[in-house]
Amino acid sequence: MVFVESVKGAMRIIACCQTAAALGLASGTTLADARARVPDLEAIDHAPHADHDWLEALADGCGRYTPSVALDPPDGLVLDIAGCTHGFGGERELGAEIESQLARRGIAVRWACGDTPDAARALARFQTAAAPDEDAAIRRLPVIALGLDDEDTVALSRAGLKTIGDIACRPLAMIAARFGADAVTGIRRILGEEESPLTPRVVTPPLRVERRFAEPVARTEYALEVLGELAAEAVVVLEETGEGGRRFEARFFRSDGLVQRLAVETGQPSRDVKAILRLFRERIDSLSDPIDPGFGFDLIRLDVPIAEPLDASQLKLEGGAVAEIEVAALIDRLSTRLGRGRVRRFVPRDTHIPEQAELLLPAVEAGKPVPWPKPEAGEPPLRPIHLFDPPQPIQVTSEVPDGPPLQFRWRRTLHEVARMEGPERIAPEWWRRREGKGLTRDYYRIEDVRGRRFWIFRHGLYDEVEQPGWYVHGLFA
Amino acid sequence: MNTIVPDSRLWASAAQLVSAAGEGACIPCFGTERLDRAVAERLPRAALHEVFADSEDSSSGAAFAVLLAVHALGPGEAPILWVREARSAQALGRLHATGLNDLGIAPGRLIHVEADDATATLRAAADAARCTSLGAVVIEPWGNPPVLDLTATRRLMLAAQASGVMAVLLRVAGQPVPSAAMSRWRVAAAPSTALEADAPGHPAFDVCLLRQRGGIAGIEARLEWKRDEGKFREAPLSGAVLPLAADRTAAHPSTA
Repeated sequence: MVFVESVKGAMRIIACCQTAAALGLASGTTLADARARVPDLEAIDHAPHADHDWLEALADGCGRYTPSVALDPPDGLVLDIAGCTHGFGGERELGAEIESQLARRGIAVRWACGDTPDAARALARFQTAAAPDEDAAIRRLPVIALGLDDEDTVALSRAGLKTIGDIACRPLAMIAARFGADAVTGIRRILGEEESPLTPRVVTPPLRVERRFAEPVARTEYALEVLGELAAEAVVVLEETGEGGRRFEARFFRSDGLVQRLAVETGQPSRDVKAILRLFRERIDSLSDPIDPGFGFDLIRLDVPIAEPLDASQLKLEGGAVAEIEVAALIDRLSTRLGRGRVRRFVPRDTHIPEQAELLLPAVEAGKPVPWPKPEAGEPPLRPIHLFDPPQPIQVTSEVPDGPPLQFRWRRTLHEVARMEGPERIAPEWWRRREGKGLTRDYYRIEDVRGRRFWIFRHGLYDEVEQPGWYVHGLFA
Repeated sequence: MNTIVPDSRLWASAAQLVSAAGEGACIPCFGTERLDRAVAERLPRAALHEVFADSEDSSSGAAFAVLLAVHALGPGEAPILWVREARSAQALGRLHATGLNDLGIAPGRLIHVEADDATATLRAAADAARCTSLGAVVIEPWGNPPVLDLTATRRLMLAAQASGVMAVLLRVAGQPVPSAAMSRWRVAAAPSTALEADAPGHPAFDVCLLRQRGGIAGIEARLEWKRDEGKFREAPLSGAVLPLAADRTAAHPSTA
C-alpha cells in the first residue's frame, strides 16, 4: 500500500508501507514505475490535511502525559516532560510507556529525550548509533539535523562539515559569515546555548483539576459524578482568588487514547456548582452521539480557562441583583442548548444604512446595555418592524417615472396606495466603496387601502440607472 | 324536600378559579368602551395569551403581540424574550431593532432566541416562562406544528401563572386549536389616521377578542398604539362622522 500525490505532473509515491519498502519502492518513485514492479499495488491519494488532523488528535491524546505538547509536522510531536515523569518512574519509563501505547494502536515511533526541544527532535529523527552521553550524541548527528535550507546543508557538507560536532569546533563567527546567521542559531539551540522556546498546542489554563483512575471508569454516570466533584474543587480554588469562572472545559481521556471534550460558558462569572453541572448536562443532551466510555476513562480533567473577578457582594440576594442573575442563568442555559449564536441581543450601530443599523450579538458576551436613541414625540414609526433580507422586488405603477407609487404588485397581489410619505433619500456610504458610489435609495412609507403599511424604495435615481428597480424592504405594524 | 348540600371540594375549586383569575396584575384598559367592559380587570397578565394573524397581516400580528406585552407590563424595562422558529424568521423577515424602538420598545430589553423547530421553540419558551425575572415571552412557532397541542399550552399557562411572566403565543397563518390560553385574539392591519399631507399615521389594528376564559368574547375593536404614552387607545374614527352641534336646535327644528 502506498500514498501517492501528483508532483510536477506525475503521480509519485509520498510514503509506502513496510511491505512496499521491502519490495524496493521508495518515496519519489513514479506510480507507473511502481506498478510495473508490483502489479497489485494499492495506491491511495495522499491527504495532507487528514494527516495533520490525525497528528493533532495524537497530540491531544498525549495531553495525558504532559500539558505542553507541540506539533513537529509532518509526523512528529515534541513533549515538554519537565516535572511530568514522576508518575511514570523516569524519562526512559515514560518514553517506553508512550511507545507501547502507540504500538498497541499500530503506530511505530522513534523517540529520544533531550535537554532542549531542538536536541530532542534532532536525536529522535537522525540518531543512528548509541553514544556515551547526550552531548556526544548530538555532535555525531549529521548536518541535516539542524533543519536548515537544502542549499545551506549542501554547502556545509561540501565544505567538509559533515556532523554537528565539526561545525561546533569552528569559530561561530566564521560560520555565520559563510553560511548565514540561521546556521549559527541552529547550532546554538541544539547545543543548548540558546533558548529555543516551545509553542505548545494548548496553553495551560490557569485553573486545572483532574483525577486519574487506576482502574478505568466505564460508567458515564459515575464519570459525571466525578465531574461534579471536580467542579466543587475548582469552585473552592476560585473562591480563594475571589473569582468566578466564565468558561469551563471538561476532558474525558479514554484508555484507548480518544479524548472527549465538553465546553460550557456563562454570561456572568459563576461559582455555582449546581448551575455549572446543569449546563454540562444540557451540553451532553445536545450532543449528537452520547458519550461513549469505550473501555473506560482513565483521566478526567476540568479546566477553567476564563475566570473573572466575582466578589461575595455580587452573590447577595437583593432585588435587582437576583433578577439579573436569573436572566443570565436562563441565557446561559438556552445558549448551551441551542448554541451561543442563537440567543442574541440587539446592539445599535452608527450608520444610516437601514439593514446595517443594528447587530445581533450573542447574549453571553453582551456587556453593559447600550441605550438607543429615543424617537421624536408625536412621530409615527419611521422604520418597519420586519425587514426583508434581501429586499423583495415589486412592480410599481406611478404617475410620473420620478414620482411616488400609485399602486404596486407584490407576491401576485395588487396593492393600491391610499397614504404615502416620502421620499426619504438614503444615499450609499460612498467612502466605503472602492468601485464607485453605489445606488441611492428613495424610500416611501406606504399604506394601502386595506391598511397594511409597507416600506418601499426605488433602487437608484433616474440619472444613476436606466430602469431603477422597486423593492419592498420591510413591513410596518 | 331534599336540601342540596354543596360539596366542599366543589366550593374549594371554584374559589381557586376565582382567585386565580383575580390575583396578580391585570392587563390595563384599552381605552375602548365595549372591549374594556368585557376585559377590564379580568385578564390576568401572568397567563398565556394567543394572537392570530393572517400571513398578509404578519407584521401587525407580531407588533400587536409584543405591544400587548408592553401595554400590560407598563413603564419599566423588564426583559422580554422573543423565541422565533427559524422558518418564521426566514418567511416573515428579521426583526428590525430601529423599528421596534420606533414603536416604543427599547431593543435593549429584548432577548432574541432562534430555534430550529417547533419542539425546540416550545422547550425554550417553557424555560423562559419559568424565569420569574422576565417580564414577558413572545413565542413565534411556524404554521401549525402538531406538537403545539392542549398539553403544551397548558404547560405554558401553568408556568406563566406560577412565575408571573406574560406569555404571548404569536401564530401567523396558523389554525386555532383547542388550547388552555386565557385569551385568544385575532389581529389585522387597519387604516391609520392620516397625518399632514396624507402621510400614514400611528399604527392601527383591527382586533377581535375571539375567546376569553370565563368572560364574554367576540368583541371587535379598532385600536391605535400611542407610542409616547405606551398604551393602546381607541382609534379615532376616520373623519366620516360630523360633529354634533352644541345646541340641538338643528335636530328638532319644530321646537325652535
